[in-house]
Amino acid sequence: MRSRTEKTLIYALLVAGTVTFLFPLWWMVAVSLKTPEAAQAATVRGGIASLVPTDPQWHNYPDALMQMGSVRWTGFLDALANSVVVTILATAGTALSSSLVGMAFARMRFRGSRPMFLVMLGTMMLPAQVTMIPLFILFRNLGWIDTFLPLVVPAFFGNAFFIFMYRQFIAQIPEALLEAARLDGQGWFGIWWHVILPLTRPVTAITAVFTFIFTWNDFLAPLIYLQSDDQATLSVALNSFRNQYGGITKVNLLMAASLTTMVPCILLFLAAQKQFIEGLGKGAVKG
Amino acid sequence: MATIELNRVSKTYTGDVRAVREATLAFRDGEFIVLVGPSGCGKSTLLRMIAGLEAISGGTVAIGGRVVNELPPKDRDVAMVFQNYALYPHMTVEKNMAFGLLRRRKHGGISSLLFHRAERRAELAAIDRKVLDTARTLGIEPLLARLPRALSGGQRQRVALGRALVREPQVFLFDEPLSNLDARLRIEMRAEIRELHRRTKASMVYVTHDQEEAMTLADRMVVMKFGVVQQFGTPGECYARPANRFVAGFVGTPVMNFIEGRIEGGAFVAADMRVTLPAARWPRMPAGPATLGVRPDQLHVLQSADAGASSTAADGASVAATVRSIERLGDRMDVAVMIGGTRMTARIENDDRLVEGGSVLVHIGLGAAHLFAIGEDGARLGDAHDAG
Repeated sequence: MRSRTEKTLIYALLVAGTVTFLFPLWWMVAVSLKTPEAAQAATVRGGIASLVPTDPQWHNYPDALMQMGSVRWTGFLDALANSVVVTILATAGTALSSSLVGMAFARMRFRGSRPMFLVMLGTMMLPAQVTMIPLFILFRNLGWIDTFLPLVVPAFFGNAFFIFMYRQFIAQIPEALLEAARLDGQGWFGIWWHVILPLTRPVTAITAVFTFIFTWNDFLAPLIYLQSDDQATLSVALNSFRNQYGGITKVNLLMAASLTTMVPCILLFLAAQKQFIEGLGKGAVKG
Repeated sequence: MATIELNRVSKTYTGDVRAVREATLAFRDGEFIVLVGPSGCGKSTLLRMIAGLEAISGGTVAIGGRVVNELPPKDRDVAMVFQNYALYPHMTVEKNMAFGLLRRRKHGGISSLLFHRAERRAELAAIDRKVLDTARTLGIEPLLARLPRALSGGQRQRVALGRALVREPQVFLFDEPLSNLDARLRIEMRAEIRELHRRTKASMVYVTHDQEEAMTLADRMVVMKFGVVQQFGTPGECYARPANRFVAGFVGTPVMNFIEGRIEGGAFVAADMRVTLPAARWPRMPAGPATLGVRPDQLHVLQSADAGASSTAADGASVAATVRSIERLGDRMDVAVMIGGTRMTARIENDDRLVEGGSVLVHIGLGAAHLFAIGEDGARLGDAHDAG
């Protein structure tokens, strides 16, 4: 049994941590509900008053979404659709390809599998900044600039970190299960689809949620590869709240729009929470 | 139902590890074959080569007269029951059983969903019926909706059997299917598998390290050691006429007693004993070192008072011995005796007069005794029984 003081201390620390982490979010909520002047004042001067939304301006939310892009509502709806398409394709692509490659590394014996695995792990050490320009040149030569392809196609070639995770997890699945599937008439793809994918659900949940959040929030890649307004994803479209000099003029609307774009990520995380916990809890698969 | 022919089948792993060496065996249609041997003897490897789960390094495997070396497992029409059951953990018992059939149906493709809906439905209904029938036969019908993790070990094994049965393959393969079960359940399932074979008349190949299981199940058994087939015959043959000392020692419990000695002038001579070898049984015995093998039930422990001094008779010899330990089995007892420096086990009727440490006379019966060339795997020296 923990003593009362010990318990109090633990709770105090947890509450302090929570407050620290939630503070920026609360500030966003508070500012998003202010009038333009009050919001401007809050960003410049701060202070306790900036954290309390007096006279909440709920209409800021529709206003913000309406004003995104150059045409009323269209800017937001276009960006939303773009984000949804890119994110869904990238998430599905990453999960499917990473699990396939992970299975190959875990279960197939082929010449050079170990060096290839090491090279693949090595790609994790490369900072994105190093590959940015070569990738841009590559995609330009392919004629893919200002299309979704540079954002989606690479996802279908797997992600080193998730491949590693899948490989470790699949290596734990008893070989006899795969052999049983082979005797039941399955080829490698059948085994992957019917046996490996269902059994690696916790890894797929983690892969899907992380990829979703990363792609949904990604700002740099869409900014580099997408140029027309109607191709912009939500994170790029939020940029329209900046003026031509880079300054933010309608900070309350920016916060309202930002909060709205966060909603899918939060919902997804809550929905996948159970899978996460299961994934952490039962690593082993028993035949 | 099919014959299985193995022709000089070998398996070599990298590093020149030879798991199976030139096994040549022919299994008849509908036979229950048991591959038996100590762990690491290559019996599972041989089974896996028949299944197609292991590449064949040399020789050919033919099922139903067709060489299957290059065929993937799914095209060999075999079903296998694994040691750890290998049930798909995410599928219910019903789906586990239907899985192989679903993959094999004719109208499984997407096009059938659009163009052959009636056939597709009929096929699915037939699969459902088959699964239900098999489940009924095995008494697992109430478990069909459960996931494997909600089953006991025995139930899982039954489902694994069902999954193999429902496919009605040419050949059933069993890889130590009972070794994860407790002793009572093992005996129960053993009888059930035997009954299943009687009913289906299917060709079955069964791997076990348990010689008792092999003896009770097999029509014929293959005894293996270090990747080499030591003997292929009926359990009776392997027991009564073992090919070599290894088989003699492996088959039968308690283990056969071996006495190292020499053959001299028509008699077997060891440190403290001399046994005349009946000429009728062993007509021409060349002189030289040899091992005498006597089964525990051929040793009779007598009180010294009952039999006088050590003697030699035509059917064996009586030698002085000391009782080392006594294990009571209920209706009978195993008595370990020391004859000279050799420890031997006798299985005899209960005899309350025997005490540990006491002196006794042991009569070594030659009726079912064997002579082997010296060495761990010494071949049995031919006797008149072979001619018959």
